[in-house]
This record gives sequence, C-alpha cells and structure tokens, in this order.
Amino acid sequence: MLQEHAKLITFFSECKELVGRKRLQKMIYILKKCQFPFSERYQFHFYGPYSEELTLRVQELINLGFLQEEKEKKSGYYQYRYTLTGEGEKFLDHYNLDMPNMDEHIEKMSETSSRFLELVSTMLFFEGMPKEEVEEKVLTVKKKQNYTSEELQQAWNFIGDMGIQH
Amino acid sequence: MSYQSEQLREEKVFKDPVHRYVHVRDRVIWDLIGTPEFQRLRRIKQLGTSFYTFHGAEHSRFNHSLGVYEIVRRILENFKEHPDWNEDERLLCLTAGLLHDLGHGPYSHSFEKVFNLDHEDYTREIILGDTSVNRILKRVDPKFPQNVADVIGKTYSNKLVVSIISSQIDADRMDYLQRDAYFTGVSYGHFDMERILRVMRPMDEQVVIKATGMHAVEDYIMSRYQMYWQVYFHPVTRSSEVILTKILHRAKHLYEQNYKFKLAPLHFESFFKEAPTLEDYLKLDESIVMYYFQIWKDEDDEILSDLCNRFVNRHLFKYIEFNPNHQFEQWMELHKLFTEAGINPDYYLEVDSSSDLPYDFYRPGEDEERLPIHLVMKNDELRELSRESDIVEAISGKKRTDHKLYFPSDFIEALSDDSHIKKRILEILEG
Repeated sequence: MLQEHAKLITFFSECKELVGRKRLQKMIYILKKCQFPFSERYQFHFYGPYSEELTLRVQELINLGFLQEEKEKKSGYYQYRYTLTGEGEKFLDHYNLDMPNMDEHIEKMSETSSRFLELVSTMLFFEGMPKEEVEEKVLTVKKKQNYTSEELQQAWNFIGDMGIQH
Repeated sequence: MSYQSEQLREEKVFKDPVHRYVHVRDRVIWDLIGTPEFQRLRRIKQLGTSFYTFHGAEHSRFNHSLGVYEIVRRILENFKEHPDWNEDERLLCLTAGLLHDLGHGPYSHSFEKVFNLDHEDYTREIILGDTSVNRILKRVDPKFPQNVADVIGKTYSNKLVVSIISSQIDADRMDYLQRDAYFTGVSYGHFDMERILRVMRPMDEQVVIKATGMHAVEDYIMSRYQMYWQVYFHPVTRSSEVILTKILHRAKHLYEQNYKFKLAPLHFESFFKEAPTLEDYLKLDESIVMYYFQIWKDEDDEILSDLCNRFVNRHLFKYIEFNPNHQFEQWMELHKLFTEAGINPDYYLEVDSSSDLPYDFYRPGEDEERLPIHLVMKNDELRELSRESDIVEAISGKKRTDHKLYFPSDFIEALSDDSHIKKRILEILEG
C-alpha cells in the first residue's frame, strides 16, 4: 500500500525542506534518470519534463497529513514550501522501505537554481540524441530562457557529476 | 501536384455520433486512416474497463482519433485567415491530431504499470519506425515523420501547433469529454464546443480565448471535473482495473517461475520479459487479451483462474473508503488475517488511490508548472482564466483525493462463521 507515496516521503525526509513546485518536478525527474526507483511518468510540457502523477501524489500526501505545503507570495508570483510532518515521519518509520540513499544527489541539486535544474532535466529528456543535437533541441524548445553555451557546458558537467551516462 | 497537397476527388465523410460528420479531403489523411497501425485502434477501447460500469462505453481509440482530427480541422478552418497562423503547418497539425494516440495498447493503463511501458514511446516508434504509417509520412517529406513525432511529444519548435493538440484546452480533451459522455450515457461532460471554437484565437505561441467566451470555457472545465469523479474514477471501474492488474502480475509471476501454461502465452512472452518489440506490441490488442483470459480461466493455478473468472464474468472486488494514515495499523492486521485465512493478500487486498489514474485538473500555472488557459481582453492584455472566473478558481485550488480498499467479499463470506479470523476481518471492513 502506498509504496510510491512512501518513496516520495523518503525524498522529502532527506530534503528536510523544499521550495518550489518546479524544483520538485525537476529533482524527481533527475533522480529517476540517476536510477532511483521513482515510478512517476513524465511528459514534456512547456517548462520541460513534467509529471501530472507526481503533482497528484504530492497532493495526496498533503491531504493525508504527511506533508505540509505553504503558499508564499513573492514579487509577482507564488511559490510553495514543502516540509514533512510528524505524521509523515511516523508513516515512514512504520513502512520500512528499502530505498537507496539519495542524500548526496539531493545536496548537489539543492546547490543549483531551478532554472539550471530545468536545463538539466530538459537535456536529459533528449538523452538518446548526440550531444550537439541535444543542445540544438534545448535551444529550440526553450528559446525564451536564452541559455548560454557556458550554462550548457555546466549542465553537461553536472550530468557527469551525477553519474548519468550520456 | 505533390502528395502533400493532393486532394481526394470527392470529400469522404465518416458519420460520427458526436460531431455528426468527420470530413476528409487530404489524400495523406485518407491513406493514414487505411494503415494497419491506425485500423488496430478499432480493437483498443477508449475507456478500458469502464464498460463494466457503463455498458455503452465500448467506443474505441479509432473513434476518438478521428474525432480529434475533426476538431483540429474545424479549429484550423477558423484560423485560416489569421495573421498569427501559418497555413503551411496545416497538414502537420491535422496529422498529429489523427495519430496522437497511435501507440496506445490494450488496457493501456494496467499494461503500462505492470510491464513498465509507455504508450507515448510506442506512438513515436510507430511514426518513426518501419511501418505503413512511416512510409506514408515520408512521402510527404523525409522530415515529416520527425515533425509529427515532435508535435505529439510536445517538443516541436512551433508551440502554437503543439497547443492545438495538447494544452489545457485542446482538441484531444474536447473530443474525449464529449465522446465519453455520449457513450457512457452520463449527463455531465457536455459543453458548447462550437462556441469555444469560435472564440479561440492563435496568439504568438499559444491558443488563447476571447474574453467573451469565458463562460463556455467554465462549462468545459466543470465538465472535466465532473467526468473525472463520475466516470474516470468510478470505483467499480477501478475494481475491474485492480483485478486486471492482478491477473497480469500473476501471469508474469507464473511465467518467471517456469509454470507450464496449458496454452503457451506466446503473445505475452516479450511483455513478461519487459522487452516487447514494436511487432510484438502491435500484435497484442484487446481481443487477444480477452482470448487468453478465457483460456486462463481453466488454468490449474487457482489464483490466475479465479482472477480471470472474476474479470470475464464481472465478479468484481468490493470496496470501502480507506484512510491510509489513520488505518495503517488495520491494513497491517488485514494483511496478516488474510494470510492466516489462506487468501493471498498480494492478489486479493489492494488500496487504490486517485493518483493511480493521473488526471489533469485545470492548473493556473503558478510557479511555472504548466501553461494556463489565457483569456484575451479587449485591450489585448492576457489574463489567466482562474483570475477572472470565480467558478474556475473554486475548483483549481486544493484537490480532493480519494483512497479505497478493494477485497473479494465472497472469499470472506465463505470463511467459517465460527472463525475468529472472519469476525475480525468483518469488524475492520465494516468499521
């Protein structure tokens, strides 16, 4: 029961605190690409890989009282802050889930911006293509972001650091 | 005349219960409809196991695909003279609308979950691989198959083309809501599509809605919301999906244990190994799946036989509301009691959650999640729909979620009345 939810609770527990829905979406996507056993299905949307399944599952965690979501007003937009509740921690203790440790990967991603994670996840979405084609595709589908060649190179380095083969 | 612009001598029409007629004039579209890959969609039901709940819901992905094509065709008729629309993209847009669901397999939802598949990957493979569809698309232009795949995969450079096929108000949703409402016979799901088509405008990279059409869009959003809870997430349909999923798990498990099936499951073997080729994938449709289920009813394995009997004869699991947070200990206890009673909980006890059936509620796009529906005001300013509409705002906030526990009540009834196991199981299930 709720095995996929339990994996997400483990993720939130290792994050301690997470700010931003976009960041959440991209982090789980990148962790999937690092072979962590998340099952949420992703599709490409205007802002890169996006999982409706993940959005719904997170909503369920909130409704069950395992996760707290706070809406914060920023200049011109809202952002969301996620923290695991005591109930969530208790559930995880009961569950005894066998999940590989994600600390190191989460820490690396936490040091980067959402914009950068969006770039990395979009590059990973096209992973079957040669590097040059990936870059061309990213610049086409995300032309409004105006990613520079330095950012692209940093993203390739990051993908390598995360242990993802390309 | 090039193949790309070739028109049929006479327009072909398909009688359609939702749109009255589906009109085809382009040779390319007509040829695509005739391919084996597209005809296969006649043997894949649009709503999977919903026919166990709504007996009329036997319509196919073939019907829906033609419907999406027809809506795209009507949208583009309205866009024809508009300066923001490039008429060179017309055939690409129509083709993507027609082929957008080409990779769906039998009972997609359960198959994808058990065998770790993604129908979108197969849509792409059918379009780009060695298929009749690919040969037709290549005759248009060598790059055309890739462009079609990119539109369907939402990675095509012209976002306006993508948003006609796939956005929060698109041809796909407008067809399935009306078609599913028609075939299930429910009274929700209806909205004024003609009005929406009249107020749609191409603008920059997206389709926007003229502000005067807001109420028609409100109706569309409401119908999505109601169809989800009343049709797509109906607990009886979910019960049949639970059983279907358990059958596939059991058959896979038996195959991995070298169990000798009375009839070798040739069509399933590559699925059990989680490596079906495109050829294997295209061979398996719902008529084949039902054939195997009929045969498996008489298998020696009691679990597989019982589950297939349940599915074929609609002898479904019962369900109760369940809160996994407050009832976690009861769940553990039920697991133990079922095992003691000789009922394997891995196949006969299941909690099903609303997120198991991803459904796109309308989202206003906060924090850049998804592109919202934009209204274009008199001064050409764009306003996000939920900021103008109180109704939409009310249903795009916190989402209702739902968990149910499924179990075979007949197995529990059959336990001895004196048994403390039966008493305790009933105590938990009856609250």
